[in-house]
Amino acid sequence: MNTRQLNIAWVILILATLATFAIGEIGDSIGIAGPLAMAALLVISFIKGRLVALDFMGLRGVKFFWRGLLLGWLLLVSALIAIAYWIALK
Amino acid sequence: MNASPDTSAPHAGPAAFPPGDLAIWFFILAELLAFGVFFAAYAFGRAHNVELFNEMQQTLDRKAGALNTVLLITGSWCVARAVEAVGRARATTGARWLLAGIAYGGGFLVVKGFEYADKFGAGINLSTNSFYMFYLSLTFFHFMHVILGMVILVALWVKTRNGDYGPADMNGIESGAAYWHMVDLVWIVLFPLVYVMR
Repeated sequence: MNTRQLNIAWVILILATLATFAIGEIGDSIGIAGPLAMAALLVISFIKGRLVALDFMGLRGVKFFWRGLLLGWLLLVSALIAIAYWIALK
Repeated sequence: MNASPDTSAPHAGPAAFPPGDLAIWFFILAELLAFGVFFAAYAFGRAHNVELFNEMQQTLDRKAGALNTVLLITGSWCVARAVEAVGRARATTGARWLLAGIAYGGGFLVVKGFEYADKFGAGINLSTNSFYMFYLSLTFFHFMHVILGMVILVALWVKTRNGDYGPADMNGIESGAAYWHMVDLVWIVLFPLVYVMR
C-alpha cells in the first residue's frame, strides 16, 4: 500500500462523509429524502466501508475470500437496513 | 535463471491471508457480527416505531456525529500511514503517525463525551424511550471499542518507538491496525443509520 493510495482514500472518505452530512442537513430541500435518501446513504456507506477494507485494512491484494467476508458483511447489513426501512414505509 | 521461486515477488498473485495475525481477523469478524446484529435490531426496532425514531433523531447533534466520523476516518488514515512507514523501515515516522491516530481517537471520545453529557444533563437515560435505549447502548458499545482500540494503539506506539517493528516484523502492528480500522468501519455504518436516515 503506497502513501498516495492511502491519501486518495482519505480524501474520498472525507468527501463522502460530507455528502452523508449534507443529506441529513439539506436533503429534504434538494429532493433527496425518504427512500431515495436511504438508498444514497447506503451506497455512500458501502463505498466508504469498501475503501477502509481495501486500502486501510490492506485487503486489496488479498484473496477474494477475505475481501468477500468484509464486503459481504457490508452488503448484508445494508440489505437488512433497507428491508427494515421498507417495512417501516408500509 | 528465472527459476528461483521468490514468494515475495510482485507477480506472486493475491496473498492467501490478510495483513496481521489470523486470530485478530477472527476476532474482527466476531465483532462485525455483533455490530451487525445490533444494527439490524435498531433498524427493525425503528420499523415498529417510525414516528418516535424520526422525532427523537432530530434531538441528536448531527454535526457532532459528522465531526466524529471525520475524526475516526482521519485516525484510521494515520494508522494506515504508520503501518506503511514501518513497512519501509521508517519506525520514527511510523510512531508519529500512531501518535496522531491516538490524538484523533481521543478527539472522538471528547466529542462523544460532550454528547453524552448533554443527553444525561437533559435527564435522558436508557429507559427514556426505545430510541434512546438503542442510541445509548449502541453508541456506548462502540465507544468501548474506541477505548480498546486506543489502548492497542498506545501499545503499538510504545513498541514502534522501541524499534520492535520493521519490514521483517509487521505482524503486531498490522494486527492492531486492523482492529482500529474495524472500529472506523463500524462507525461508517452507525453514523448514517442512527444520525441521518429517516
